[in-house]
Amino acid sequence: MDQLLQFIISGLTVGSIYALVALGFSIIYNASDVVNFAQGEFVMIGAMSAIFLMKAGLSYPLSAFLAIGITAAVGLALEKFAIEPAKNATVVTTIIITIGASIFLRGAALLIWGKEIYGLPPFTSNNPIQIGNATILPQNLWVMLGTAITVLGVKYFFDHTRMGKAILACSYNKKAAYLVGINVKRMLLISYGLSAALGAAAGLLVTPITFMSYGAGVMLGLKGFCAAILGGMGNSMGAVLGGLILGLVETVGAGFISSGYKDAIAFFVIMLVLFIKPSGILGKGETERV
Amino acid sequence: MHLLKKLATLLAVLSIFILAAGPNVQAKDTLKIGSFLAVTGPASFLGDPELKTLQMYIDEINAKGGINGHKIEFVHYDTKGKAKEAKNFVNRLIKKDKVDVIIGGTTSGNSLAVIDIVQKAKVPFISLAGSIKIVEPVKKWVFKTPHTDKMAAEKIFTDMKKRGITKAALITGNGGFDKSGRAQCLAMAPKYGIKIVADEKYDNADTDMTTQLTKIRATDAQAIINFGFGKAPAIVAKNIKQLGIKLPVYESHGVASKKFIELAGEAANGIRLPAAALIVADQLSDKDPQKKVLLAYKEKFEKKYGPVSTFGGHAYDALFITVEAVKRAGTIDRAKIRDEIEKTHGFVGTGGIFNMSPTDHLGLNLDAFKMIEIENGNWKLLY
Repeated sequence: MDQLLQFIISGLTVGSIYALVALGFSIIYNASDVVNFAQGEFVMIGAMSAIFLMKAGLSYPLSAFLAIGITAAVGLALEKFAIEPAKNATVVTTIIITIGASIFLRGAALLIWGKEIYGLPPFTSNNPIQIGNATILPQNLWVMLGTAITVLGVKYFFDHTRMGKAILACSYNKKAAYLVGINVKRMLLISYGLSAALGAAAGLLVTPITFMSYGAGVMLGLKGFCAAILGGMGNSMGAVLGGLILGLVETVGAGFISSGYKDAIAFFVIMLVLFIKPSGILGKGETERV
Repeated sequence: MHLLKKLATLLAVLSIFILAAGPNVQAKDTLKIGSFLAVTGPASFLGDPELKTLQMYIDEINAKGGINGHKIEFVHYDTKGKAKEAKNFVNRLIKKDKVDVIIGGTTSGNSLAVIDIVQKAKVPFISLAGSIKIVEPVKKWVFKTPHTDKMAAEKIFTDMKKRGITKAALITGNGGFDKSGRAQCLAMAPKYGIKIVADEKYDNADTDMTTQLTKIRATDAQAIINFGFGKAPAIVAKNIKQLGIKLPVYESHGVASKKFIELAGEAANGIRLPAAALIVADQLSDKDPQKKVLLAYKEKFEKKYGPVSTFGGHAYDALFITVEAVKRAGTIDRAKIRDEIEKTHGFVGTGGIFNMSPTDHLGLNLDAFKMIEIENGNWKLLY
């Protein structure tokens, strides 16, 4: 049983990575009901840009700052050149466009940065912190802190700012939002930019632990997507809850049952939850409009 | 009309003459070497240096007048790592290009896919892939040059025995290389009196292996073996350090690149692995017959393309085993070349010293692998 503490800590560290990626899905989803499958690529682009800016001789903070800017620009470009031209497309069509965009971005990253795997140095010390007989790396605490800040930030944005409320209004009813004077087109553009910036920040936080390569966004995006679905799509608290549950189920399952069936156990739990509550743990049930 | 007919006859006669004389004008027939490699796609880090090596040395051989006067014609196709493409290209190499020897099959999957084809067509094939299944059981027309995962497992266990370790924990990923390595470790351990007390697995895209390592920590294992390549072994190394596990750690030849040390950083220090001598060429003793070959290859490759890898070395070995066989055979007859490849004895290559026989189509023994320890971020040759 004294292993349990380490399993829980490991679960929380993995879970907070999933949660951080999952949060990125919520903004675009809240603006347009679209699940952006290029979210994992935003994470990858943020990390890879920072890595190569640092290689070019820039300082760590400046590279990180620029990398977030670059990724936000990629997000804006994606909306402007791929999503906006298909303006009357259904949600499903738009989702398919984002899948195409993710493949394109991955290919571009391969051409620009090559196939190699890279890492980033940890923000602070690399010495593990002892908690009982379990250990945790300082960088894991940074990831948790980043997740906490992001979740509060996203919640504040949607609940208390004009822009956040305007974005939400777009998703509820585009026409009505337009009629009350909200610039729907601009809100959508902003949501992609913000989402990309959030993804880039996630990439910067996790790369010192997980490393990064042009294709690593796929798996991170997928796990983040699972976490978001589990917690309730569009709900930022749900994304965090989903991420942490996914991480804990994986590690405890691997620890006490079998590491070979780790993913099978996790997906079994996800299916079970969705079977009982299809909208996710904190998700709101679908409301039919009469 | 009559004149035209006469002219035509003359032309026909002349052309027969020219055709008949044709082959005699050239010094000797060209040796056609066919190749199918995964130059792009996921295995490109293997296929790319292989192709560069083959092209570089074939150009050099031709510039020097060929093998005993036989110039080499090189035909190459890129499989992108796909087994189906490999089959198509090998069929084309045999039927359309009519090659005399085939060197290639970057991945085990690609190589295994074409064995039936080359066996049926009776074309000598030297594979550049790792799996032991390619040459075990022995197939008449199939050879290979890279070390096998079985050898890696045995080399690790030999070293454990030396250190008095009898219980080891295994942690492997879910890739083909990982799975095959795991199977060989499990199969070979009893032979060396070593008990595998833990058999943990992870997904190659996983970001944290502390759970599996915590389980290993709770066993009575005296050492940890990790079979894999890419980023996962680097995460394993970092997690071992994070958990404060002080056991000796063994990696496979899959991490024998500077990238692993770069990613794992300090956590890489003290880790041991079996690897080809190429990465420690400058540390070999001057008496080692391989040293000269390795340094020459390294210098030549790095001057033209940049950092050398052991994978390109496998292509070097395959090419020169063929060249030597053609020299001994004195002809480019496929069957005779095959017989001579099988008689390869004492050939000093980059992978080791090859001694092939009718029952061994690889010809390397455990000495071909060096035991290496990572010390201060650098390779250190142990033995």
